[in-house]
Amino acid sequence: MSVVELAGVTKRFERGGTVALEGIDLTIETGEFTSLIGPSGCGKSTLLRVIGDLIPPTAGRVTVNGKSAHQARLDRDYGIVFQNAVLYDWRTVTKNIALPLEMLGWSRTRRAERIREMVELVELSGFEDHHPWQLSGGMQQRVSIARALSFSPPLLLMDEPFGALDEMTRERLNMELLRIWQETASTIVFVTHSIAEAVFLSTRVVVMSPRPGRIAEIVDVDLAQPRTAATREDPRYFELVTAVREALARGGAARAVERELVAGEEP
Amino acid sequence: MNVTAPAAVEPVPRGALARRVGRGAATWLPAVVVFAAGLAGWQWVFSPLAGKFLLPRPSAIARSLSDNHHVLLSAGWFTFKEALGGFVIGAGVAILVALVLARWRRLGEALMPYAIAVNAVPIIAFAPITNAWFGVLNPHSKWAIAGVLCFFPVLVNTLRGLTSVAPESIELMRSYAASQVEVFRRLRIPAALPFVFTGLRVATVLAMIGAIVGDYFGGSTRALGVQIENSITLFDFPLGWAAIVVASAFGIAFYVAVVATERVALRGAPSTRD
Repeated sequence: MSVVELAGVTKRFERGGTVALEGIDLTIETGEFTSLIGPSGCGKSTLLRVIGDLIPPTAGRVTVNGKSAHQARLDRDYGIVFQNAVLYDWRTVTKNIALPLEMLGWSRTRRAERIREMVELVELSGFEDHHPWQLSGGMQQRVSIARALSFSPPLLLMDEPFGALDEMTRERLNMELLRIWQETASTIVFVTHSIAEAVFLSTRVVVMSPRPGRIAEIVDVDLAQPRTAATREDPRYFELVTAVREALARGGAARAVERELVAGEEP
Repeated sequence: MNVTAPAAVEPVPRGALARRVGRGAATWLPAVVVFAAGLAGWQWVFSPLAGKFLLPRPSAIARSLSDNHHVLLSAGWFTFKEALGGFVIGAGVAILVALVLARWRRLGEALMPYAIAVNAVPIIAFAPITNAWFGVLNPHSKWAIAGVLCFFPVLVNTLRGLTSVAPESIELMRSYAASQVEVFRRLRIPAALPFVFTGLRVATVLAMIGAIVGDYFGGSTRALGVQIENSITLFDFPLGWAAIVVASAFGIAFYVAVVATERVALRGAPSTRD
């Protein structure tokens, strides 16, 4: 069954008349790990927000879990993780994870039980009563992931969640995310501008091109599951990285990606 | 991956308390020395230079304070209650108005330029008018002027706090299909609290000023402002100064009370951590 279906999705921003997305058709099946990759300004974050009904599309149809994106949002069908952890400073780790559960009206005991599971899942035991500003960036992001998964949404939307982290932390969290994805059997849509990260994590990489934002190519990633540290040394992995890089170049994004490489945002 | 549990609280090593007191003294000592030097200079240099009549010595002020402490303290309490009434009304209305303006942004955008313009008006000049409206002996006249003085700093700060929430925090709330009430309750209001307290701190000082200046334009003989004015009219400068000392003491206590409340209310926030 498909979790996300996009048909002819176009987004035109009224201010400046920028066409952020044009004619996007994409279907994401249950259990898939799909990455959206492209240079800055290709509309990948906008597309994620259109799926989450945080930005309305100008044209086209968005179906999430077999219903309109709007209804899916009202039904809390997805969890979202941003580049910044977006934790509430006045809440402890526990209370931040509890936020969606409180809003769903879960009882105190049910909340406590789920929080314990979540803290274990993201390996934050011992930090339950810490405040966000007492945690490192990587730990904050793990709280953010726990919060997004706490109410077991069938879909997880992630907007460059590890973009602000150092390379070591990023690789470690990549492994954790894959483990969580397998343990929870969720469907993930993951925005990134790291080619290596996209290939390592995904079952499918959607390569986007800018101005207007379009899907340039889709690269199926046929690397064996589960992915391990050895995956990064697999010759097939390098082939796929090259394939994605060439797809980006064909999408007219080469120069933009190069700029990002120079800026040091890419491994 | 391995996660190290937070280190257990270590037992306080011997002598740590003495060291902490010592460090405290080192921090406070310069201020205490400056204070003592200031008093000494006033007592033996400035006061003789200016004339003991116009600038009474601290010793004379202290004597007047101790001779009249009963009257002065009850007058201070009376005026503090005037200030507190204005503070509660002014700050309370300001917070409610800020909530309304933050909820209906169009309204806020239409009204805020005027609020800022009115904020620049020397509102204290209206004290004789509020006295005329409510009657000089009615505490409501002092509540009114103190309240209006408190209103704007609390409004401006609260509104800034309510509206300076990161867009992603709002998106997170939208992803939970949160209602406006929930967005305010769980996000905007807690995020605004540090700003609210900044406004309240400023308001404590303004409330005392409002109440005392309101007294100057006429008030109960039990009020501190009236005590100050009368003693100056009678050329009893030491008593006037003693009354000012009492006014300052109440003002500082008021400020400290708000800061203490802030510490308790925001104990989880990074700005108040030790």
